[in-house]
Formats: sequence, structure tokens, C-alpha cells
Amino acid sequence: MKNLVIGATVLILSLGILYAGVGLEFGAPPFTDMDDYFVSHGQEQTGGNNIVTDIVFDFRGFDTLGEATVLFTAVLGAGLAFRKRREDEDYEYE
Amino acid sequence: MNMSKIVRSAANLLFPFILVFGFYIVLHGHLTPGGGFQGGAVIATGFVLMFVAYSYDFITGCIGAESLHTTETIGLLLFIVTALVALGFGVTFFTNWMLDVGPVLNNPVAYGPNPGDLNTAGFIPVMNLAVGIEVLGALSVIVLYMLSGTKEEI
Repeated sequence: MKNLVIGATVLILSLGILYAGVGLEFGAPPFTDMDDYFVSHGQEQTGGNNIVTDIVFDFRGFDTLGEATVLFTAVLGAGLAFRKRREDEDYEYE
Repeated sequence: MNMSKIVRSAANLLFPFILVFGFYIVLHGHLTPGGGFQGGAVIATGFVLMFVAYSYDFITGCIGAESLHTTETIGLLLFIVTALVALGFGVTFFTNWMLDVGPVLNNPVAYGPNPGDLNTAGFIPVMNLAVGIEVLGALSVIVLYMLSGTKEEI
């Protein structure tokens, strides 16, 4: 009974999300001012031919700085998780 | 423990080509699809191939996690310092200052579709290189850490 209720809930929710997703328009965004600006001015303002790189490293440099910091923090976390453990260190291991 | 000689020979053969392809993606980041992150991931793939083909002890005897970690830190520092130098020219943080200074990486770019010129785009190629170095160090050092975790079990 419980499984039936859970299954029905998941089914209804996924159908609702699918319906909402299918109903969205695709390919014709209402506001394109920003895109048009990047496409028409990106080359002359940054000098790069690849507009995506121009946006990532020039127009939105702070975003890339945050991404690099996230990667650095991930490496620090991995190093912490796989560190050399002392013999008498107290930790739970399964 | 080493994998078989076939795997090691194939890895030795493929490794330089993967490096060249990765650095090509990094250095042409401002002209062609790709960039620092993607090229760094490709180079890290080459390193991971070597990690898989050879034993953990052999790999740590060759590079070691410390040097890879230093590589990653150098990449992040180069990124931040390149952005900070803009303050010295009286413009804001993350301004493309190389477009105003000197002939380096400063050729005028043609508008519209064109074959492209490596010597353009100001500090974007430098940033690509910095992010590429950082990603190559970060992804390979994560795999190396995980490899050290499995070593204790075997």
C-alpha cells in the first residue's frame, strides 16, 4: 500500500514536470539584448574570435575566478579525505 | 601493480599525442572551440592513463602528489596575478589590460568570420593557459589521491 502511494506520487509529479517542460517555448527567447550585444561587440572589444571564451574569460571573469576557486577547494577536500592517517587516529571506517 | 606490457606500451605511445592535443586546445582557446578547462581536462586524461597503466609506487616515484598540487596552485596564482596586474594600469580588476599595452597578443582582429590569428585577444590566451595548468593539476591530483586510497586495501 505504501509503495503504491509512493509510486503514484512519483508518477503524478513526473507527469506534471514533463507537462510543464513540454509546454515551454524553445528557440525564441523573448529577451535577446545581452546575446545580441555579445555577438556583435565581443570580437572588437576583446579581440578573440571565440565568443564563448570571450564571455568566460573577459566579460565574466569573476565567474571563472569562482570556478577556479571551487576546483581548488575540491582538491583540498579530496586531499583531506585521502590523507595519510596516523596509527592512533580515531576515525570510523566501514 | 603494473598492468600488462601491451597496456603500458599503448599508454607510452598515446601519452605524448594526448599532451599535444590538450595543449593545442588550451593555446587555441580564443580561436576554436575549447579553452583552458577543456584542454586541461584532456591533459589530465593523459596523466590518468599513465596512472592506470603503471603501479602507484612507480607513479609516485616519478611525479608525486605534491608537485601536481604545486602545479595547480601555480595555475590559480597566475590567473589571479594576471587579473590583478590590471590595477597597475589604472583600470579595474579583470580588465583586458593587454589590449592597451604593447604589441604582445595585440593584433587587430577582423570582424566577422575569419581564419583567426594566435597573436590576438589580449590576456585571454594567458588566462586560458593559467586555467589549463590549474585544471590539469587538479584533476590528476584528485585521481592520484583516490589511487592512494585503494592502495591501503590491496
